[in-house]
Amino acid sequence: MSATHQYHGSGRSGPERLVVIGNGMAAGRMVEELVTKSPGLYDITIFGAEPRVNYDRIMLSPVLSGEKEYDEIIIHDDAWYTTHGVTLLKGRMVTAIDRTAKKLTCEDGFELDYDKLLIATGSSPFVIPVPGAELPEVLTYRDQGDVEKMLTAAAKGGSAVVIGGGLLGLEAAAGLRARGMEVTVLHLMPTLMERQLDPSAGYLLERAVEARDIRVITRANTHEIVAKDGHVSAVRLDDGREIPADLVVMAAGIRPNAWLAKEAGLAVNRGVLVDDGMATDDPDIFAIGECVEHRGVCYGLVAPLYEMAKVLARRLMGDAEAAYNGMAISTKLKVTGIDLFSAGDFAEGEGREEIVLRDPARNVYRRLILEDNRIVGIVLYGDTGDSAWFFQLLKDGSDIAELRDTLIFGPAYAGGSPLDPTAAVAALPDEAEICGCNGVCKGTIVAAISEGGHNSLDAVRAHTKASGSCGTCTGLVEQLLELTLGDGYERDAVQPICGCSELGHDEVRRLIVAQELKSLPAVMQELGWKTSCGCAKCRPALNYYLLATWPGEYEDDYQSRFINERVHANIQKDGTYSVVPRMWGGLTSPDELRAIADVADKFNIPTVKVTGGQRIDLLGVKKEDLPAVWADLNAAGMVSGHAYGKSLRTVKTCVGTDWCRFGTQDSTGLGVELEKFLWGSWTPHKVKLAVSGCPRNCAEATCKDFGVICVDSGYELHFAGAAGMHVKGTEVLCTVASEEEVLEYCGALIQLYREQARYLERIYKWAARVGVDTVREQVVEDHDKRKRLYARFVFSQKFSQSDPWAERVQGRDAHEFKPLAQVSLEDVA
Amino acid sequence: MDMMVSRWIDVGALEDIPRRGARVVKTPAGCIAVFRTEADEVFALDDRCPHKGGPLSQGIVHGRSVTCPLHNWVIDLATGQAKAPDEGRVATVPLRSEGGRLLLDLARMASRAA
Repeated sequence: MSATHQYHGSGRSGPERLVVIGNGMAAGRMVEELVTKSPGLYDITIFGAEPRVNYDRIMLSPVLSGEKEYDEIIIHDDAWYTTHGVTLLKGRMVTAIDRTAKKLTCEDGFELDYDKLLIATGSSPFVIPVPGAELPEVLTYRDQGDVEKMLTAAAKGGSAVVIGGGLLGLEAAAGLRARGMEVTVLHLMPTLMERQLDPSAGYLLERAVEARDIRVITRANTHEIVAKDGHVSAVRLDDGREIPADLVVMAAGIRPNAWLAKEAGLAVNRGVLVDDGMATDDPDIFAIGECVEHRGVCYGLVAPLYEMAKVLARRLMGDAEAAYNGMAISTKLKVTGIDLFSAGDFAEGEGREEIVLRDPARNVYRRLILEDNRIVGIVLYGDTGDSAWFFQLLKDGSDIAELRDTLIFGPAYAGGSPLDPTAAVAALPDEAEICGCNGVCKGTIVAAISEGGHNSLDAVRAHTKASGSCGTCTGLVEQLLELTLGDGYERDAVQPICGCSELGHDEVRRLIVAQELKSLPAVMQELGWKTSCGCAKCRPALNYYLLATWPGEYEDDYQSRFINERVHANIQKDGTYSVVPRMWGGLTSPDELRAIADVADKFNIPTVKVTGGQRIDLLGVKKEDLPAVWADLNAAGMVSGHAYGKSLRTVKTCVGTDWCRFGTQDSTGLGVELEKFLWGSWTPHKVKLAVSGCPRNCAEATCKDFGVICVDSGYELHFAGAAGMHVKGTEVLCTVASEEEVLEYCGALIQLYREQARYLERIYKWAARVGVDTVREQVVEDHDKRKRLYARFVFSQKFSQSDPWAERVQGRDAHEFKPLAQVSLEDVA
Repeated sequence: MDMMVSRWIDVGALEDIPRRGARVVKTPAGCIAVFRTEADEVFALDDRCPHKGGPLSQGIVHGRSVTCPLHNWVIDLATGQAKAPDEGRVATVPLRSEGGRLLLDLARMASRAA
């Protein structure tokens, strides 16, 4: 007699039949609760689609990486089912539920009646529908079967690409790397695990992942999985890049597996809808785990699933009060050596405050989000030892007002008073190391101060090298100066870049280079920013510094730019914009003028004005008209004049030898050449040039940032002039003989300015601060340095000379120029 | 009596607004700026700085503040209050986020138009 008939009768007596579809962790926990607390209450049968017992899916990553064996992660072995009288039908897929007959049907035709039914079908991995997704080497990461397939693939070596930089993707990547594969993680968003981590912690995570020789590509949109002879050979991104691959793992998210419930006519939204007692809209059918949707939330972590299992078990044992009320969840990444924790809601919000602690030297980042003196969100990276304490405070909704001053330091300091920082340094023994980079201990520094008479930070740094490399111990060295000299020491009055940091512009620039910081989150973390996302003062400055330091590598952060540079036009007092097309060297043509006139007519532009920089300004253009205005100007061959940018503005010229009876050189031609060479480069502040054809100086070159006066013997080069709030004549740089030299000296000078000046510092102010002579030394006398500066400028121009107007006519940043919505009176009436 | 009945109008999706950015909703009673912070919070304010009427939607968004593009006043997005030393306040517009859709309560506009 087959097993089928044993369960298939009617009118049988004995315990009610409870049938469970799915043998994952939620179902396993529910059944365990039931059979240990009320043995024999139900006749239980479990259908498992996998040919296995119940095992700990959370521990699949250690199995993949080789830190554990499959046997070690089994929760209920075969004997357990026998002992507790539970029938487990492995490898049996239920394909239909007949609710009227209260009967299930399997793929193989097997049928079974139920009195009570539990749906615990879990979730399915989301496979991105790109060409090639169906290839045999494209895997998901969900169960032990997937792990076995990955291990087989990894045994052959080669390259793996993991699509998705979330929890699962990173664990898969670490596992495959541990198994010896070359691994690349592709992530659609700018930072890893953006759902669980803020950008600062995401940055630290990315660095830690890369430190394991796993390549991370963010903002990577998969276009296609490329096949060769029917097998995976590469992954191609939208931008055309190809990453070689022998194996592709899709870890782009999960979806509740609710189709069976849906086909049975149960209420299903994203997941199977359940009430607080885990019942579906059929009172005899329950659902728990990743397949359900409770109060609008689908869960993918184990803690809430276990809670659901307990609640349902109590309900099935007759406790009508048992209820699942949703719960706060926390996340930990299970990659050995990477410690991160996040919980709750770390969005900023009305009435919310944050406390941020960064310890750059130890790669520690802690952020607590508070509301009404309660912790509502936690992000910990690098040191998660206190996560349980914080999470308990969050779950309990404890009032932390009393602890607030030292809260961020964790339970060890709870309620204590914050230490006087100088006292902490005073307590250190003489042999305590202060500067890790240069191996300088406290005693050496104190001796340099008290015996060597070095009484400033610079002097101590020069003498001992302490704080001379990475700079993170600068604060400690200053404390030692304070401690040793008492009131006799005054900290260097460095103006901090803004309220978000203690550091001045120069220090920030130096550290961006020294520590190779290449993103805003990197700068903010490594330099200990006091806010999580900066402010309107520091963000544009940092964006410029990064752009100028890492051409071609750093991706411009558009939201950190002032509106004019964001929309490539100048905002006016009434919120309209002005548009200034480039007129190379001040030259124009009848066609260009006609096009400008047509644009002015077509878009009802109220004011057309000639600027001081020899070009034409169209004022009063509506923001939404900008792309169309640019399209017409582009069509006539005109491009953006960058009249809005901290960048090259104009090169003013006179007519020179072409027309003028006094002209000594082709000043117009040289002006055009300079403008074509320099346009598009971002600079600390605006840069204006002029070229005059003779010393009569009709182009007024001697009050410009860089000026050229043509003379019979060549070209007299000028710099550091101004004619704005301050009027200042230029300094003479030198005289050169050829146009090529003009370009080289000019490019080198502007590059030096780009590398040394503080954001929003004009050339004349920078030159006055560092010394006009030192500029001459570096650009004129030091030939090698000039050539290197020039080469760096030429290199960076490769990435900056594309017309921003044409890009936006093509559709870039289209959202910028359209209202989100237009509401009419009828809409609200 | 100034009784206003809520008029919730769907103006778009959260994803339509860039993080640390803003978009404008045009209404016959003036523009409303809808902001999205780094942490995906959304706020709606009149698009007029209390100082000289600058379009706040065009400013740099940082934390829960926006800096006006005309003269750098810093406005708190949640309260509409200008930050010290500046003084002034811009009207906030009730906003609700539902399943990724953004809804503004434009009752004020209806009453203004009536």
